[in-house]
Amino acid sequence: MIEPSLSRDGVDGHFLQIKSIVKTYDDVVAVNDVSLDIAKGDIFALLGASGSGKSTLLRMLAGFETPNSGKIILDGEDIVSLAPYRRPINMMFQSYALFPHMTVEQNIAYGLKQDRMPKAMIADKVVQMLRLVHMEKYAKRKPEQLSGGQRQRVALARSLAKSPKLLLLDEPMGALDKKLRNRMQLEVVDIIESVGVTCVMVTHDQEEAMTMANRIAIMEEGSIVQSGTPRDIYEAPNSLQAAEFIGSMNLFRGAIAVDAEDHAVIDSEEINNQLYVSYGVTTAIEDKHVVFAVRPEKTLISRDQPQGEYNWCRGVVHDIAYLGGHSVYHIRLDNGKILYSFMVNSDRFADQPTWEELVYVYWSDDSGLVLRP
Amino acid sequence: MKKVTERLKRHAEHGKRWVIAVPTLWLMLFFALPFLIVLKIAFAESAIAIPPYTQLLTMADEAFDLHVYFGNFIFLSEDALYLTAYLNSLKMAAISTFLCLLIGYPMAYHIARAKPSTQTVLLLLILLPSWTSFLIRIYAWIGILKSNGILNNALMWLGVVDQPLTILNTNVAVYIGIVYAYLPFMILPLYANLVKHDHSLIEASQDLGARWLQSFWRITFPLSRNGIIAGSMLVFIPVVGEYVIPELLGGTNSLVIGKVLWQEFFNNRDWPLASSLALIMLLLLMLPIHFFRKYQEKEWEEGK
Repeated sequence: MIEPSLSRDGVDGHFLQIKSIVKTYDDVVAVNDVSLDIAKGDIFALLGASGSGKSTLLRMLAGFETPNSGKIILDGEDIVSLAPYRRPINMMFQSYALFPHMTVEQNIAYGLKQDRMPKAMIADKVVQMLRLVHMEKYAKRKPEQLSGGQRQRVALARSLAKSPKLLLLDEPMGALDKKLRNRMQLEVVDIIESVGVTCVMVTHDQEEAMTMANRIAIMEEGSIVQSGTPRDIYEAPNSLQAAEFIGSMNLFRGAIAVDAEDHAVIDSEEINNQLYVSYGVTTAIEDKHVVFAVRPEKTLISRDQPQGEYNWCRGVVHDIAYLGGHSVYHIRLDNGKILYSFMVNSDRFADQPTWEELVYVYWSDDSGLVLRP
Repeated sequence: MKKVTERLKRHAEHGKRWVIAVPTLWLMLFFALPFLIVLKIAFAESAIAIPPYTQLLTMADEAFDLHVYFGNFIFLSEDALYLTAYLNSLKMAAISTFLCLLIGYPMAYHIARAKPSTQTVLLLLILLPSWTSFLIRIYAWIGILKSNGILNNALMWLGVVDQPLTILNTNVAVYIGIVYAYLPFMILPLYANLVKHDHSLIEASQDLGARWLQSFWRITFPLSRNGIIAGSMLVFIPVVGEYVIPELLGGTNSLVIGKVLWQEFFNNRDWPLASSLALIMLLLLMLPIHFFRKYQEKEWEEGK
């Protein structure tokens, strides 16, 4: 229902193709038959919990791990057999891995020296890189004399100095505190976009992935659960796994009762009304079990009973988490199930439902999603 | 609760003093006191007496007589033999240190890179020989190196040589013995340094286009500088004064300060001259120790 957006430069090319990559350690499958197409100029996030195989996949792109099978094609060239020092790929490491015995300048020049670039050109490039990350003043400092954010900028400058075809970011904000993280996320994206380099990043933080990347792939147990734009993944998760991974969801287990071309009705024991969606659902004839999912911000709370017979339920306010911009209401239904509902605090002193008040939660017909269990 | 913690704190303060007191006492008793005795004897005159030197301070005619004799040092400076012995010792220590570094660095490097379980085994193998007496191990080398010893027999049996090589009682044997005996002192500090290295630095280096050897010279080696310095000091300093190995494995003409000192003390019974020899050796060694400490302090400051 949502059009997949084109990559930023409008070319839907296949700049980086990952084809059926498998990586096992002894008997453990770390990456299980993963294929991805990444367009030129994309900032692509691999999102997953620890142990999902996202870091292994990134390390295979860098060349530190060799896949058991599969191909990695970058700009038309299969790079699987290339040693890390031969790949036109640079990585920003999780803890930055800045060389502690070298100054900021020397760190940035390191890769250029390996290419035997003339000294004057190296010096020019270093200055250019320092300017790019706004670190001109710190050229002579050692890494230990820098703050976390400054170290990150140096690490970014070092990984961009060789103008790689592909930039890898391993948990780019992992070493920063929350406040700095939000600032650096946008700053790093600005720098990457100004250079125009294609970028693959690994993160376990969905907010970070959605802020920084224009495409996301969710990984779980070595496989890609879903890939697409942040909006695709949030609004149209293709599975229960994807839905539960990003954001929060209210889920109702049930079975299809009416399966029409333009709508469906679902019976669920977890709610006192039937559930209705205003679009057709393809279901298997023999298995009518589905999960109905609706995001908390798409539900509304009212003191009056809503009209109609679908998509509402009654409960009491069990808890309110006031978060400033919005509040998260925890509504306890008669059967004990807890629903989450966001309420935007647009009025400073609005008369909102309070603890233990009887309320109704409802949502529109096109807000819900029907997923396979 | 507060009372308990306060009492514990007081105990801890008390304990701290005790913890420092024990090594202080140890050093006073077994380092400072003997050193002062050596210092005293160095400024005495040799005499046929028991003990065989003159007293620094004597009581005669209702007056203290202070008798400080500089003759030993003048004698040492006049006879070229002693200077040669000092220079030989320094040369021997320098070459041995270099050889230990050359052999010890790759060993330490591979131990530090091994699996943790393998590391324990390898470190144990490094330390295992020192569970046997040092003297016995050096004697064992005589059995290996002598003309009809294990090494020569093996080489002849393999047909590498037809005449037994003369190794024992040469400088080569001394170097073999020293490198063998002092290698663990090089390996252990190097290992302690290398094992702490962050492997992601090497990956970053490779990622930026450096091969293994370049990564080693530009990243690993400079970062292991402290380990190299510590290991080199631990080998160099004792080897300068080494007596047993040149005596047992070296030729009669191997002139090193440890042997000269022994001869002056036991053969010539010239305790004052032996003491002044020892004193000069100590002063010589204080130079590198001083530099090492200066360097460490700098590192410490930078680390903060």
